[in-house]
Amino acid sequence: MSEDVLRIRTPIGIHYRYSAGPNASSHLRGLMEGKFIGKRCPSCTLVYMPPRSTCAKCGVLLGEDVEVGPKGTITTFCIVNVAFLGQTIKIPYVAATILIDGADLGMQHLIQECETSDVRMGMRVEPVWKPREEWQPSLANITHFRPTGEPDADFDSFSGQL
Amino acid sequence: MSGATSDYTIAPDGSFTAPLELFYPYKRTVGPTLSRFLTGLRDQRVEGTRGKDGRVHVPPAEFDPVTGEPMTEWAEVGSQGSVVSWSWQPSPVDGNVLQHPFAWALIRLDGADTALLHGVDAGRSDAMTTGMRVRARWAEERTGSITDIACFEPVTSTAVVARGGS
Repeated sequence: MSEDVLRIRTPIGIHYRYSAGPNASSHLRGLMEGKFIGKRCPSCTLVYMPPRSTCAKCGVLLGEDVEVGPKGTITTFCIVNVAFLGQTIKIPYVAATILIDGADLGMQHLIQECETSDVRMGMRVEPVWKPREEWQPSLANITHFRPTGEPDADFDSFSGQL
Repeated sequence: MSGATSDYTIAPDGSFTAPLELFYPYKRTVGPTLSRFLTGLRDQRVEGTRGKDGRVHVPPAEFDPVTGEPMTEWAEVGSQGSVVSWSWQPSPVDGNVLQHPFAWALIRLDGADTALLHGVDAGRSDAMTTGMRVRARWAEERTGSITDIACFEPVTSTAVVARGGS
């Protein structure tokens, strides 16, 4: 007779069909054309990129599409040195909050093509796109951001983001 | 979490939609009480724990619900029993014990004083009645899981066949 049962597998999963909704969809449509599309609040004029449905400050529906970027400025960043389950990027790497030019809200992305020790607040970066034939409605169309070599942005230009 | 963005579709309002799968591959230890219960199922034997008041709990309780003491006395019960309560499942979902319409039922096995939740392969809802007799249909491959009982099935008598046969 085989051994006593000591443990059981109880996998659980849910199959969703996720809908991005009309506002995030205009952003996703932009990504399929290699553009960053945000939305402007008709009340306070802040530009959300990626867009959400309503302005967090004013509580009103966001209005017109606004093309922003593609370059941006690193506002804050984190050097990841610790491996974790499911990790796909080689450590150490830099996860940064990037304020895309023309947007008023930072977005998260990966910084590559430089030493982690060279990354700094205010560093100017640009997106690196996958080959066009691989584009999907996804921010993953951009493999990473890399330094542009431009002079750093003035601290005052992004200090309101911190 | 996964899902293929490449499987996206565009809804009439212009929204992108795509599959999103949330999945946890849990594995857990069962402890000594459920270990004995599940090991028994693997051997086509159903056992429960007996409380201080003499009641037999199937599935087994780890602690006596009356006194709070650990349950150490075991009793083997039958693999047939009676339906205490049931609810028809017309559209089974992934992971259900059966993939065609069936009844979820609380089944009090012969010799037990509490009920066990399982599926009854009754074919149609009007074949289900509270108090009906059912028996375990054992899975061919048993691994030490509640699904070692594949499901329960009505104990067929001539009367049941005649009523449910149309």
